[in-house]
Amino acid sequence: MTVGAAKLVRMAEQITANMAYTDDVELVAARVADHLNRFWDPRMLMALAEVASGDADQLSPALKAAVRQLRGVKGNP
Amino acid sequence: MNLYYRVGAERDLGTPAVNANSAAKGGAGAAPTVNVEIDGRSVVVPEGISVMRAAALAGANIPKLCATEDLAAFGSCRLCLVTIEGRKGYPASCTTLVEEGMVVRTQTPRLAELRRNVMELYISDHPLDCLTCAANGDCELQDMAGAVGLRTVRYGYDGAHHLDKPKDESALYFSFDPAKCIVCSRCVRACEEQQGTYALTINGRGFDSEVVASQNEAFIDSECVSCGACVKACPTATLIEKSVIEHGQPESAVITTCAYCGVGCSFRAETQGGQLVRMVPNRDGHANHGHACVKGRFAFGYATHQDRVTTPLVRDSIEDEWRAVSWDEAIRTAAERLQAIQARYGRKSIGGVTSSRCTNEEVYVVQKFVRAAAGNNNVDTCARVCHSPTGYGLKTTLGESAGTQNFDSVLEADVIIVIGANPTDAHPVFASAMKRRLRQGAGLIVVDPRAIDLVQSPHVRADHHLQLKPGANVAVINALAHAVIDEGLEDEAYIRARCDLEAYRIWRAFISEARNSPEATEALSGVPAAQVRAAARLYAGAGNGAIYYGLGVTEHSQGSTMVMGIANLAMATGNLGRPGVGVNPLRGQNNVQGACDMGSFPHELTGYRHLSDEATRRLFEAEWQVALDPEPGYRIPNMFDAAIGGEFKGLYVQGEDFAQSDPDTQHVYAALSAMECVIVQDLFLNETAKFAHVFLPGCSFLEKDGTFTNAERRISPVRKVIAPLSGMDEWDITCRLATAMGYEMRYSHPSEIMDEIARLTPTFRGVSYAKLAELGSIQWPCRDEASAGTPLMHVDQFVRGKGYFAPTPYVPTDERANARYPLLLTTGRVLSQYNVGAQTRRTGAVAYHREDILEIHPTDAQVRGIVDGSWVGLKSRAGETVLRAKVTERVQPGVLYTTFHHPESGANVITTDNSDWATNCPEYKVTAVQAYPVSKPSEWQEMFRRFTAAQQQLSEQALSEA
Repeated sequence: MTVGAAKLVRMAEQITANMAYTDDVELVAARVADHLNRFWDPRMLMALAEVASGDADQLSPALKAAVRQLRGVKGNP
Repeated sequence: MNLYYRVGAERDLGTPAVNANSAAKGGAGAAPTVNVEIDGRSVVVPEGISVMRAAALAGANIPKLCATEDLAAFGSCRLCLVTIEGRKGYPASCTTLVEEGMVVRTQTPRLAELRRNVMELYISDHPLDCLTCAANGDCELQDMAGAVGLRTVRYGYDGAHHLDKPKDESALYFSFDPAKCIVCSRCVRACEEQQGTYALTINGRGFDSEVVASQNEAFIDSECVSCGACVKACPTATLIEKSVIEHGQPESAVITTCAYCGVGCSFRAETQGGQLVRMVPNRDGHANHGHACVKGRFAFGYATHQDRVTTPLVRDSIEDEWRAVSWDEAIRTAAERLQAIQARYGRKSIGGVTSSRCTNEEVYVVQKFVRAAAGNNNVDTCARVCHSPTGYGLKTTLGESAGTQNFDSVLEADVIIVIGANPTDAHPVFASAMKRRLRQGAGLIVVDPRAIDLVQSPHVRADHHLQLKPGANVAVINALAHAVIDEGLEDEAYIRARCDLEAYRIWRAFISEARNSPEATEALSGVPAAQVRAAARLYAGAGNGAIYYGLGVTEHSQGSTMVMGIANLAMATGNLGRPGVGVNPLRGQNNVQGACDMGSFPHELTGYRHLSDEATRRLFEAEWQVALDPEPGYRIPNMFDAAIGGEFKGLYVQGEDFAQSDPDTQHVYAALSAMECVIVQDLFLNETAKFAHVFLPGCSFLEKDGTFTNAERRISPVRKVIAPLSGMDEWDITCRLATAMGYEMRYSHPSEIMDEIARLTPTFRGVSYAKLAELGSIQWPCRDEASAGTPLMHVDQFVRGKGYFAPTPYVPTDERANARYPLLLTTGRVLSQYNVGAQTRRTGAVAYHREDILEIHPTDAQVRGIVDGSWVGLKSRAGETVLRAKVTERVQPGVLYTTFHHPESGANVITTDNSDWATNCPEYKVTAVQAYPVSKPSEWQEMFRRFTAAQQQLSEQALSEA
């Protein structure tokens, strides 16, 4: 993972941790995805999705689920 | 220059309007009146005012010396005597209140005789150097001698007198000449009532009475904070601006708005032939009511400092010498380079950053430039690094990204909580209003790692100082809310009526968890549980509880969480939507609110409307005649990361100095060095300009027409006092740059830009320069054309409809003290300096604060062999710098504090790239560090000196030619 990608993962995990007031992973994932879609430049979303598609186990379960809901990422609805 | 705005002298009605706090009530309802007869004329005046004020309202100016409408009546000079039918003697009109049917005479032969006698005594002990006196032309003593017809002084001038007393010239901006003092106590009262510092006093009794500073000290050594209130209050030349001594009396005045902090004080800029002589706070200013601080009042010398660059400069690389060029060439060069970068690296490879120091109009055109001319959304503003969490947090919970109250609201608060803010230093004029309310008995809770002045100062003492560890804000706010719910102190009826009940149910369950209790969080925050509970009871049971907060809330990795936690606490206790309550961010810079309002953030257009909202986008596309990118662009830190990653290459920077102000300096240096075209628009060749390829000289606030929006959403006019030194208006620079890039942007005056903003922004309906001239200032939202503004928000319902309780889990920062970095560094500012100091370092204020000092607790100092005044090395995971130590108990053990006003201090070499989870606002307030004694500057500081010297050399020739 490049320095830039590692930082994006760190920031996304930080968002996830701050959304995680509940154990409901799907709910947290939806809120994280909504936040990322609203505030992140699409290039950053792509880079994050790339990390997830490579070694997804580096990501927390909620973030992994959130990445599947990012806008404009290949394979997402 | 727009002569329309020239104004005459301020009129002084002698005593205040009915009640000094009345402004907070917003003048609702008809005030009771009484009928009185003054000099044979029947007049109707407000009940409760003085005879003096009633007479002035009726057009009769009763002679006075100790009275001024800025201060409570005092009744000491005995000049304002009148006769009242049916009463004995000659009551002082300043201390006598009007009554129904009162018949007053302000002038009779006997009154004239009495007044002449009084004046005769004054003048028998006053120098008669009127013609050469600095107050000549603006002296109330001289005016009164004229008004009462004083012709002789029967006592002679040889008796006991005070004429030999030496002047005190020690204060930086004003002089004190006790020989000219008439002991009217106006200065003493101004220091108490207006400023609240109590630095001045009357020493001695009777004939020996004299005004002294502190314990009869020189002003510079006293507690005086140089706010200038005493100078404005003085009726003679005793206390007078040194600039007036130097230049003489100003002949003209323009009403404008201060460009320092987010209080946004209204000033009279008083000039003499186009030269600024002094800045005097405007009594009609709704934010400051005639008060000021040392910066706004006196620190304007930077505007004409020799370091001002007034010619455009260009160069190919940052190793090259700067070349002075024409405006046309500079704009053409900038446009060509940006276009070349876009052609090579893509449309999204460039961006712009707007400045909270610039006007709304200037900011608006820069974000328009980025969205319409550059064709992307890579625009951000320096609020990113200060109050972006406020925008996010308040929008989420309340529905609008702004403070809820007007400043005057504080005068109706019963309990005030100050969190992570140091108002006496950073927002001094608002602090004075707050201190007035505290002296009247309001409760005070301070949440701060440091013992700021408010914790204990003259006649003010905090009921509770929750001295938490840096980084534990959320733990404390959750504990306060937990205590409120746990002890049944919530306002159930308010919550039911005003808030989203499902969200409340979830939040209530969350906040009631044991992990959020004061007892559980005590170990994390260091604040005793009992104290948290006592503070919660005080606030919840207050009646009116008001919260004020600053960057100590936002500049954390959980800044947004903390803002939401504050809003939750206010909603739970019913403290929103009426005077005296609210959630109020104290904005750092003059136009932080405005820069955010103007659509500077990469994800939203003016008025906080998200780009994904198609209707809004269509509105802008129709007005601007261009297609807009619907996707958010880069934030400032994203731009830097992308620059280092090689995909972001060009940046247009309006009045911001990343290289000093942004965290992790070495990372910022790397990012700036990686760009191919950095365009800096500023007053000075600042730190960032060392990395720039094009320099576009900007204008000081004295050189521009426009508006600033302060922390209470108040849009205030900024007016040209002098012509732009560079010959070009700043908004025009941006328009020309856009036009040169093929997108035509033309306005003939900034008022047209405001008209466009008002057309496009639902909260700015009807805002125009004409309306601002009429009303003085306007607080948005203005939801229809007729609106005169909205001092209080969320009155009947929240802007978002129902208030939203957001769960606020405490996620500790990664930046934690450990064996390697055992101390926590936090940062802030001092009264005399302003942020990166680009302005204040170029005024006399350097005398007050020559260097940034590291505050360290005696225990931490001792174990490290650090003594007061010695050099201390500071190391974090980001970098290393050296500062001088001050050993003090103001900070707690384990915590260090410094300011960042001087670039060579390198405070931001130490701070890290950690940031707020929601907004990337940097975590300036918490850095884990080690401290150790050293004997020389750090490696970075050595590099900084070499680099600065080299860059200076590269500009010398161009600047000398210019």
